[in-house]
Amino acid sequence: MVPFIACLLLFLLGLYAIVLKRNIIKIIIGFSLMEYAVNLLFAFIGFKQGAIAPIITRLGMTQDFVDPLPQALVLTSIVIGLATTALMLAFAMRIYEKYHTFDITEIRRLRG
Amino acid sequence: MIELYVLLVAMLAAAVVAIEIKDLLAAAVSMGMVGFSVAILFILVQAPDLAIVQIVVEILAVVFFAAVILRTTHDDSTVQLRITSRMILPAVLYGIFVLMFVAVMTSVLRELPVFGSPLMRVAGNYLAVGLNQSGAANLVTAIVLDFRAYDTIGEAVVLFTAVVGVLTIVRQIGRKADAGEEHA
Amino acid sequence: MSRGMTVIVQSVTRLVAGMLFLFGCYIVLHGHLTPGGGFAGGVLIAAAFILVSLAFGSVENVEQHRYTFSSVFESLGGLGFLAIGLAGYLAGHQFLSNLWPKVGEPLTLFSAGTIPLANIAIAMKVGAGLFAIFLALGASRFVMKD
Repeated sequence: MVPFIACLLLFLLGLYAIVLKRNIIKIIIGFSLMEYAVNLLFAFIGFKQGAIAPIITRLGMTQDFVDPLPQALVLTSIVIGLATTALMLAFAMRIYEKYHTFDITEIRRLRG
Repeated sequence: MIELYVLLVAMLAAAVVAIEIKDLLAAAVSMGMVGFSVAILFILVQAPDLAIVQIVVEILAVVFFAAVILRTTHDDSTVQLRITSRMILPAVLYGIFVLMFVAVMTSVLRELPVFGSPLMRVAGNYLAVGLNQSGAANLVTAIVLDFRAYDTIGEAVVLFTAVVGVLTIVRQIGRKADAGEEHA
Repeated sequence: MSRGMTVIVQSVTRLVAGMLFLFGCYIVLHGHLTPGGGFAGGVLIAAAFILVSLAFGSVENVEQHRYTFSSVFESLGGLGFLAIGLAGYLAGHQFLSNLWPKVGEPLTLFSAGTIPLANIAIAMKVGAGLFAIFLALGASRFVMKD
């Protein structure tokens, strides 16, 4: 139960950065933290006490394996997370070149 | 499992530092520490595939952050200790969301399987027939590229869209701004 | 000392970059037997290229060539994955179904049908795409500004 609660706390920390921070880089860091929280929650849900990683090393193994399905889902999600983070960083860089600031309230004032 | 709890505490502490510190480069490095903690946690819960991907992806994420921060500025001028009036509405909304989130999550956490004993309703079938039907010894690869390969196609499409988006946003200004044509 | 990092970094990079690339190829090719696969191996290969271009810097037109090559390789990876899917469809099964899963001895390198080929395609797509993002963000020209 404690690992799940830690994941939820990390999710709330990321959401706090997105809602209440005014710096764009901090907001992107908040997005990354939320993504880590969700990935970690998936991996924790699939964990089985005393089991081994789901890789068959010889024929006719009888040990318990952990759940491989959440791992397969998270595997694609991690790489997608890096690509979307890079996309957000590109937006941030473009905004900085136009407005010379990362402060979102300044950007709103300069619109038009 | 004491090391798992130590890593969880370190992860949360690094997340707080990454959000609150004034220097943006230090914030990116703290975010890297969160990512590496997550990678080691993946090893502890027997997911070596995820650990490898997470470590390498985290290195690249910190490199991307450092590239953008060194190209622009690494001083967060918005960090301030006193509370201004325009922070009140987001803070109230966030507080309301946190209350609702906690209320929902207390019931969800009661429904979730206990940590260490998953349900494995779908995965039991994959574990039973995976080696025979796909021939792959690594069952995660068997699921990613055989049983659930449509997920991988979707991932490829999202990755392609993100790459095209980055190139579209950055390439032209990167070249033109050096020549002094746009937004001088 | 015109571009790139110091001579220490460059010497270490000469020793390490080849091994990093080789390790990435190993992870891709053994993706159906050991931990890893197309995603991890592709990101590792991209990291090898990124290490070289961070350590040695780059000239504008060389970077243009690298950008073109990475775009071509990314498209080839995506097309290869779609071709593997279509091959399963044309052979009379569903789209993306695995051809010849029984060919070869299990737990050896040549087994698992089309899964190693799909791993290679995914690795090309992921590695080339991330390297293109790195070139677009322009890190190799701005890291050593001061």
